[in-house]
Amino acid sequence: MTALGKLFRTTTFKLTLVYLTVFALFAAFLLGYFALNTRRLITEQITDTVNAEITGLSEQYRLGGIRRLVIAVDARARRPGSSLYLVTTFNGEALAGNVTALPPGALDTQGWTEIVYRRLDEPENSGKPEHDALVRVFQLPGGFRLLVGRDLDERERLYHIVLSAGRWSVIIVVVLGLAGGLFVTRRVLRRVDAMTETTRTIMGGDLSGRLPVAGTGDELDRLAENLNMMLERIEALMVGLKEVSDNIAHDLKTPLTRLRNRAEQALRVAKTEPEYRAALEATIEESDGLIGTFNALLMIARAESGQARDDMTEFDAAEVAHDICELYEPLAEEKGIALKVEAGTAAPVRGNRELVSQAVANLVDNAIKYCEPPEGGSGERTPEIAVRAVSEGDRILISVADNGPGIPEADRVRVVERFVRLEQSRSQPGSGLGLSLAAAVARLHGGELTLADNEPGLKAVIALPRGGPVQSA
Amino acid sequence: MADAQPDRVTMRLLVVEDDRDAADYLVKAFREVGHIADAATDGEDGLAMASDGQYDVLIIDRMLPKLDGLALIGNLRAKGNETPVLILSALGQVDDRVKGLRAGGDDYLPKPYSFSELLARVEVLSRRRGGRGEETVLRVGDLVLDRMSREVRRGEEEVSLQPREFRLLEYLMKHAGQVVTRTMLLENVWDYHFDPQTNVIDVHISRLRSKIDKGFSQPLLHTIRGAGYMIRDGAR
Repeated sequence: MTALGKLFRTTTFKLTLVYLTVFALFAAFLLGYFALNTRRLITEQITDTVNAEITGLSEQYRLGGIRRLVIAVDARARRPGSSLYLVTTFNGEALAGNVTALPPGALDTQGWTEIVYRRLDEPENSGKPEHDALVRVFQLPGGFRLLVGRDLDERERLYHIVLSAGRWSVIIVVVLGLAGGLFVTRRVLRRVDAMTETTRTIMGGDLSGRLPVAGTGDELDRLAENLNMMLERIEALMVGLKEVSDNIAHDLKTPLTRLRNRAEQALRVAKTEPEYRAALEATIEESDGLIGTFNALLMIARAESGQARDDMTEFDAAEVAHDICELYEPLAEEKGIALKVEAGTAAPVRGNRELVSQAVANLVDNAIKYCEPPEGGSGERTPEIAVRAVSEGDRILISVADNGPGIPEADRVRVVERFVRLEQSRSQPGSGLGLSLAAAVARLHGGELTLADNEPGLKAVIALPRGGPVQSA
Repeated sequence: MADAQPDRVTMRLLVVEDDRDAADYLVKAFREVGHIADAATDGEDGLAMASDGQYDVLIIDRMLPKLDGLALIGNLRAKGNETPVLILSALGQVDDRVKGLRAGGDDYLPKPYSFSELLARVEVLSRRRGGRGEETVLRVGDLVLDRMSREVRRGEEEVSLQPREFRLLEYLMKHAGQVVTRTMLLENVWDYHFDPQTNVIDVHISRLRSKIDKGFSQPLLHTIRGAGYMIRDGAR
């Protein structure tokens, strides 16, 4: 019952019903029209014949009087398949003809009538029904009346044949249509059921499932293919998300553990106030680092969700480059790094100045961290960082290039991900979120962050569309 | 190096914060450093208490029961109450800050915050009322900064500063005797509201210190451990 109910509720089946109803109505109308027309045509033929006979017989009467008419009528009445004839006197006495059992008064009205009659050669009580006929009564001069008519049985038989043919064809159309509809619906339903089944397993957590594609290229296939592409994308995102949360768990749990160990140790070992103080200070420092990591994560999430788009204004990227370099210049100098800025002409761009500044600051910060000359080693080259901001076409390029160790090409995509730090840099302080944030900021603006080889060193380029992000409608 | 203690003026503070533990902690901490502090735990109480204008600074949490923090500030300002307000909020992003300041707040501090940061900001806010903001010549000991001619002198010697160093010194001297944190400097001197991973501000301060304190027996620019910096005439 439920299976049948499901079948009846499907769109395909409902469509079948609608189509079927329309088609059956049309067929019924067509056949009804045909039947009526046939009937009308036969009636027309009858009237024509009767009219012709009356004309012929009244001609006989005019030429030879009543005797000639009676002879003519008798002769015609004897022919097989003849029409109906009756000649009477003015008081209704039959003179010639082949009909009887006329209803009373049938001869009183002139013109066309439909009557019931019996042929003369049929016995009165044979049980056979009387016949229908279409007759015309014609008043002859001299008081005689002439009745000529045709039997209507043929007409009615034909009419009924057509009607019953119509009934049957409508029934057949409905039955076949229903069967066909059910068949098609069940086929479609089977495929939809298969899709539903797969969807359930996917919802159950198995993201590797894919919807079945029949390979016929029809609309269901196209739907399934599109949904499969969507699933592919979702699966990739989920894998990414899982990786990120694993990294977050690792990078937040490690400092949290340190924090806890330190507090525990202070409780266990510390005796004097300075010892407690030192332990607490270290704890605060550690928690500040954690807060910084959290803030960076929130900032990235914020940038990625596109919320910060409300804050966009027109600003000069060259000015940002100058400002950030000015902020970092003393730090670079202290570390023996030459920090240069090459941003002469204004590079106006629409965006979030604060976020772009932070992205550039992160890149400069990274560059300073990684191109610092090794301790004690008298580096064979002076470490150098160049920050540039230029307009190029409809884009603004802000680049930070250093001549440090750089990043191997194979790792360049990976380092942009959250928390990824290459093995050799694990010893460096930092949350590992700097490049991720810079990339997220670039994406927020509809631009991108690319890492390239500076030969030697790393060249990080933030490309931003001049007019800000294109609002995707 | 001996820690320089800021010369404190007692302030009356109101903390409006729905988390009772946090409110108690703040009240206790403010009292420990010599201020008078009260607490309200919802927006309506906060508004009622703040309305008579007896407080020097209001510390208002952004999300409060009964009356939202921003609405509270709006209400006060509509009544003509101009008590400086510092907004505390778990929402620390740039646009939230802007919203808070637009609503009539004077400063914005995202949670989690350190008490020393909060204290420094509250003290600067209270001093702002009729403070040294409008003076054209700032003096700390024998250090003189002329905001019109943009000249700086220490005793007889002229000190030559880069434009940014001048603004840094100006901000420090405007709040002489008060602790100024690194983020306050970054916000007010550089107009950045993010946290640079490396402590770039320290390097700027040590540069400035080498220009104004080097060669003088009495240092003026002090580092306050765990909090920030302060410029102060130590000889007094």
